[in-house]
Amino acid sequence: MLSQIVSALGVVVVAVFACSGYFYFSNKILDWSLPVKDGDIHSAARNLNRRAMIRPWLFIGPALFLLVVYLVYPVVATLILSFYDRSGEKFVGFANYQWALTDREFRQSIFNNILWLAVVPAACTFFGLVIAVMTDRIWWGNIAKSIVFMPMAISFVGASVIWKFIYEYRGGNDVQIGLLNSIVQLFGGTPQVWISVPFWNNFFLMIILIWIQTGFAMVILSAALRGIPEETIEAAVIDGANGWQIFWRIMVPQVWGTIAVVWTTITILVLKVFDIVLTITNGQWNTMVLANLMFNWLFRGGGDSGRSAVIALIIMLAVTPIMVWNVRRANRELGGH
Amino acid sequence: MTLTRDFFKIGPARLFVHFVVLVIVIVWLIPTLGIFISALRDKDQLVVSGWWTAFAGSSRTVAVRLGQPDQQKQEGAVYVISGNVLEGQQGRSIRAFGTRVQQPSAYKAGETADLGDGVSLTISDDGNYRYMKNAAFGPDDGGRRVYVSVATPPEFTLQNYKTVLTGEGIGQSFINSLTVTIPATIIPILIAAFAAYALSWMEFPGRALLIALVVGLIVVPLQMSLIPLLRLYNGIGSLLDAPSKTYPGIWFAHTAFGMPLAIYLLRAYIAGLPKEIIESARVDGASDFEIFTRIVLPLSFPALASFAIFQFLWVWNDLLVAMVFLGTDRDHLVLTGALNALLGSRGGNWEILTASAFVTIVVPLLVFFGLQRYLVRGLLAGSVKGG
Repeated sequence: MLSQIVSALGVVVVAVFACSGYFYFSNKILDWSLPVKDGDIHSAARNLNRRAMIRPWLFIGPALFLLVVYLVYPVVATLILSFYDRSGEKFVGFANYQWALTDREFRQSIFNNILWLAVVPAACTFFGLVIAVMTDRIWWGNIAKSIVFMPMAISFVGASVIWKFIYEYRGGNDVQIGLLNSIVQLFGGTPQVWISVPFWNNFFLMIILIWIQTGFAMVILSAALRGIPEETIEAAVIDGANGWQIFWRIMVPQVWGTIAVVWTTITILVLKVFDIVLTITNGQWNTMVLANLMFNWLFRGGGDSGRSAVIALIIMLAVTPIMVWNVRRANRELGGH
Repeated sequence: MTLTRDFFKIGPARLFVHFVVLVIVIVWLIPTLGIFISALRDKDQLVVSGWWTAFAGSSRTVAVRLGQPDQQKQEGAVYVISGNVLEGQQGRSIRAFGTRVQQPSAYKAGETADLGDGVSLTISDDGNYRYMKNAAFGPDDGGRRVYVSVATPPEFTLQNYKTVLTGEGIGQSFINSLTVTIPATIIPILIAAFAAYALSWMEFPGRALLIALVVGLIVVPLQMSLIPLLRLYNGIGSLLDAPSKTYPGIWFAHTAFGMPLAIYLLRAYIAGLPKEIIESARVDGASDFEIFTRIVLPLSFPALASFAIFQFLWVWNDLLVAMVFLGTDRDHLVLTGALNALLGSRGGNWEILTASAFVTIVVPLLVFFGLQRYLVRGLLAGSVKGG
């Protein structure tokens, strides 16, 4: 066991040396092979230019290699594989897409994903905004923020265990040790197996993600709210606006851009939601979502790369508008640089 | 600021804000508190009472057998078998008892239960019992089964942690998680920093395109990469006649998947460094390699720390990449994978699940509370800038 840790640390040392070594020696070799000190002034100038052309690629090289192999190539390969059969060897045209259109489980996943998209980003942004506004007004606000932010550090699997314990159901005359069923019993209701209640069980899963992500929305929106010029709010107060009006008419419009950023970030996260569904229901009781369906087809019955690829592409398709928006935003920023 | 502060300080409105925030904080804290307390509870108590009653003690029903007829003593007209149902278990007491499993708490402690045929039974709260009959007990009367409700004081123990760390493989998984996380956090930093420097301070054709590519790749879903990479890894594995699920494989995968965000965050910071510093270094004849290692790298420490925390949390908490690239066999299972496996195999054993969950989340929580400042800074750089 200890030897495993030592070897992991050894890898870190080796990796850091290898990386530094690559950058150091590749730069040295470049300088050595294109000398500028001796020789005539023309070749020196030419070498200097060549160096300036080559060096950026030495710096970017390793990162670019990883990006291409692990992200760019797979996007293209997945697109191609979606037209091939389960083993990826025989071309089948649009057969996988046709399958998807008629598959009950696939439709269920699309429906659930839309449900998630409609609820989670909105809930996180709303709660985040409200908590940010309120915690900014009280002296122990930072402690409150820390606590709401804390679930961000917890893994989705850990959070799932935490919440599964809350939803826990005990049959027969056993004492209910799950908090939710215990509360239901306190008010005279009948304990239920919450995670298998059709349709509504989706919401019990969503609550977990909302619990995790509200802190993120809160932190970002809190910073944006602090950026609102104080004069604006003061002017509104003098004009007799109440707290409600200040919130909706002054604060929300001022942080609109940030709300959009938070909303899209959580939207992307929701499209990829996997761990929560896997650990709590594994897609049973009509809770399947695209990422889990894709994972299942990747291994189900020896794996079906064609169908799996189609599902992955649907997720990609849903992300694409946000991707385009992000790239355009970044380009605008660069333009003004 | 004072005017708005005052505005929100007026009377009941301010109290209302305090109250609402307090409720939110409690709601947010309770789930984690539940597993934290449950993991420390005695496993027999955990199944019979909610964790919120942990400090109040609990009661549970157990079956005990009364003494044999050869212990009977004659007291006047009645024959008595006496003894103690608790048998030296300290700190516990009897709340109720009964003779039938359907009604285990039919009689209160201290009451005399008339069991018919001239037989009666009394169990007092300290566990002493008197089992009486108006005639001698026959051989059939021995070892009668009765049910007692035993009140147990709160019991806290570290036994659950001992069990999961050694018996359930969580200890091994902890080591595996560290093995995956440490290199996968440190390797990307250096690679991304060099790339970020080139994208900020070096002129070359295609730079803007590369930046756009990086920004675009940030949101590419992991799902897109899984199928081709799995095939690639299997192909390389069979080509080299080596296992395809290895630690180096997952280190590279995590390094690559973290790369777009790393470059984006670091570039935003490095591009914001004062131009004068870098240009005066250039005028002094420093090469780009020297400028990067001597000036940019030390100055960028806050951004490097922010990214390191992100990457650490992301790798430590990841399940999908680990399942695909490291596999789910016991020797290679990381903590999240082990917890997922336990949910399947130990679904109802909450003493195992809660303790395992706590072991899984404790390291990220420590990192979170220790380095929250850097985490917040990184988040803001990642999403608010220019937003």
